Amino acid sequence: MRALILVGGYGTRLRPLTLSRPKPLVEFANKPILLHQIEALVEAGVIEVILAVSYRAEQMEEELSLEAKKLGVSIVFSHETEPLGTAGPIALARDILKKSDDPFFVLNSDIICEFPFKELALFHKQHGREGTIVVTKVEEPSKYGVVVYNEFNAIQSFVEKPQEFISNKINAGLYILNPTVIDRIKLQPTSIEKEVFPDMAKDGHLYAFELEGFWMDVGQPKDFLSGMCMYLKSLRRKDPDRLYKGPGVVGNVLVDSTAKIGANCQIGPNVTIGPGAVIEDGACIKRCTILRDATIRSHSWLENCIIGWRCTVGRWVRMEGITVLGEDVIVKDELYINGGQVLPHKNIASSVPEPQIIM
Amino acid sequence: MLKAVILIGGPQKGTRFRPLSLDIPKPLFPVAGLPLIQHHIEACIAVEGLKEILLIGYYPVSQIQQFVNDMNQQYNIIIRYLQEFTALGTAGGLYHFRDQIRCGNPDAFFVMNGDVCSDFPLQEVYSFHKEKGNKALVTIMGTEATRQQSLNYGCIATDKATQEVTHYVEKPSSYVSTLINCGIYAFSVDIFHIIGEAFIAKQQDFYRNGNGAKETGYIELEKEVLSLLAGSGKLFAFQVNNWWSQLKTAGSAIYANRHYLELYRSKHPERLCQNAAVGNNTKICNILPDVYIHASATIHPTALIGPNVSIGPGVTVGPGVRIRESIILADAVIENHSLVLHSIVGHNSRVGRWTRVEGTPSDPDPNKPFAKMENPPLFNHDGRLNPSITILGCYVSVPSETILLNSVVLPHKELTRSFKNEIIL
Repeated sequence: MRALILVGGYGTRLRPLTLSRPKPLVEFANKPILLHQIEALVEAGVIEVILAVSYRAEQMEEELSLEAKKLGVSIVFSHETEPLGTAGPIALARDILKKSDDPFFVLNSDIICEFPFKELALFHKQHGREGTIVVTKVEEPSKYGVVVYNEFNAIQSFVEKPQEFISNKINAGLYILNPTVIDRIKLQPTSIEKEVFPDMAKDGHLYAFELEGFWMDVGQPKDFLSGMCMYLKSLRRKDPDRLYKGPGVVGNVLVDSTAKIGANCQIGPNVTIGPGAVIEDGACIKRCTILRDATIRSHSWLENCIIGWRCTVGRWVRMEGITVLGEDVIVKDELYINGGQVLPHKNIASSVPEPQIIM
Repeated sequence: MLKAVILIGGPQKGTRFRPLSLDIPKPLFPVAGLPLIQHHIEACIAVEGLKEILLIGYYPVSQIQQFVNDMNQQYNIIIRYLQEFTALGTAGGLYHFRDQIRCGNPDAFFVMNGDVCSDFPLQEVYSFHKEKGNKALVTIMGTEATRQQSLNYGCIATDKATQEVTHYVEKPSSYVSTLINCGIYAFSVDIFHIIGEAFIAKQQDFYRNGNGAKETGYIELEKEVLSLLAGSGKLFAFQVNNWWSQLKTAGSAIYANRHYLELYRSKHPERLCQNAAVGNNTKICNILPDVYIHASATIHPTALIGPNVSIGPGVTVGPGVRIRESIILADAVIENHSLVLHSIVGHNSRVGRWTRVEGTPSDPDPNKPFAKMENPPLFNHDGRLNPSITILGCYVSVPSETILLNSVVLPHKELTRSFKNEIIL
């Protein structure tokens, strides 16, 4: 089986992190977002993954080729010369996708969930129609486009931002499609959600697969952190041995084995600490992602932050309010940062008490 | 023989110093570890021939007596508190207790406002006063201010050759002089004739015209005595360039604290904490000078304190605490890993773990020579709180992992969350 991942553009919503690293390579729970997906695909029997990108991605190709070899999967880059939307890339990759008659997976690249690809493929085979959309339940469907389907899971319609309750299931951005669907798509900028799926639904060729467990689009910092909390919670249930059990830990915490944590720290709940990171004595960290080789110095207090690669956060610093530090940022001792978005390689020497972008 | 009078005012005064003056008279508020007017008293002790210090004000005796007892015990000098029956003004109090001041026939007496901070060069003020001979009734210690700030003070115009005061205006509406009154004086006892005249004129005015709502004994030294004396050849100004400040708002306490600590370097180095163990003193914790820590405070060795911090008796500072530019009053507790910056923590208050208590300093403009504290109003034109130092009244508790920024918390308040730019009643 094959899969196509819609990587797309520059990942501007996840800046300043994506100024240093393409979004799919930003580590979510200590693993590049894309690898979460590729690993799950390989598990389900995928042998070739096509990455639809709209920019030159040498860094990504280089880093992924190594991982691909390890996983025994081949990775193909499909470059869009102009942005083709969510459906166009499928037409662009038709030669590869049409190599076999097997259905193929399509994924939006920012999605994190428990990826039930095997079950999805099985469900798809059982109903025998052209396509299946994974749907997930949301609290406030009025904010989204909802999917309406019957008791046999055959999709009847899509309703954009419903005024009255009609369904609480939304498109989760994961699909499995037969190669025949490619004939429905022209090689031009096209939206699969708006221009392809409604017709398939009308023809009775589109089914809904209900997702179990959590689901999050982690394409922006706020959701990145929410997604991390959900991921760690699911890890607690499925693979608790991977969670950190050192002293001073509260709740679900994931720590790379090469990270160092000092004495008298309070880490958690919901913290991810990357390889080579150093947490000095007496730091308190909650609901944060600390990326590779970052240093959090003594007595600092962090909540709701993403700390970029190789950053140094000084002593007695307080950071909160979805603060994101880009790569190699230095925050001096005793500062207060609230909702700061700091671009890479900055040296912060005065407090940022209100949310602000620091160029 | 010399005497000194310290005018300490009363509970109706010093409202801008709230909430710190809610449970302790402002003159007794500890700056650099000592009650504010103890710095005056220490200056008096250093003056040769000074035999008696009189505190005049209208605080109830019960609020001042303990302090007076302590002082009498600590210093070998007579210190007494004279309570006015009502607020009598800066000269009215002196006049009311004139017999107490005059008795023993002192050669002169100093008068100091209780809310000024200075190194009090009293000996020099007196030498200057004596030098001017019998005709000098009053010598005002004066200092230079900026043109704009001078309007908030008593302004002195002098004859440059004789230092005689030719004109005196209290808080003028337009520019008079950049030489301002420091609220520190040397008086000859004959001054009571002049104040007496002002007193009698006021009495007569009251009974003749029946006007004047204020107590008839209420006399303001600056407006009713000094203004009249100017140009008479009896009033002189002694200009000093040493550090001087008033303590009006709570914000100025941090500034005064810093300067008094600096004065300790030359006058009382034994009061300052050292980073290395010196003599019998073992190293307390990591110190960035200048720092005063009361001997009864418990400081964890991993704390980092200073510069410009005073820590009162019975205070507990936990591991990994950082304190800078702040005053921590008696029996307060600062728990592990917390940070206190530009703040005053009231006595018996508690700051939880990993908490940040931070204010904004309101120091004099460092780019202007002779600039003084601004003492801005609490609120700006938009009705927003002006960023200022953070103040915790007594018995306040701040929970762990919160931030308290530019806020004032009134006594006995138990906070449950973070606050920024608020007054918490």
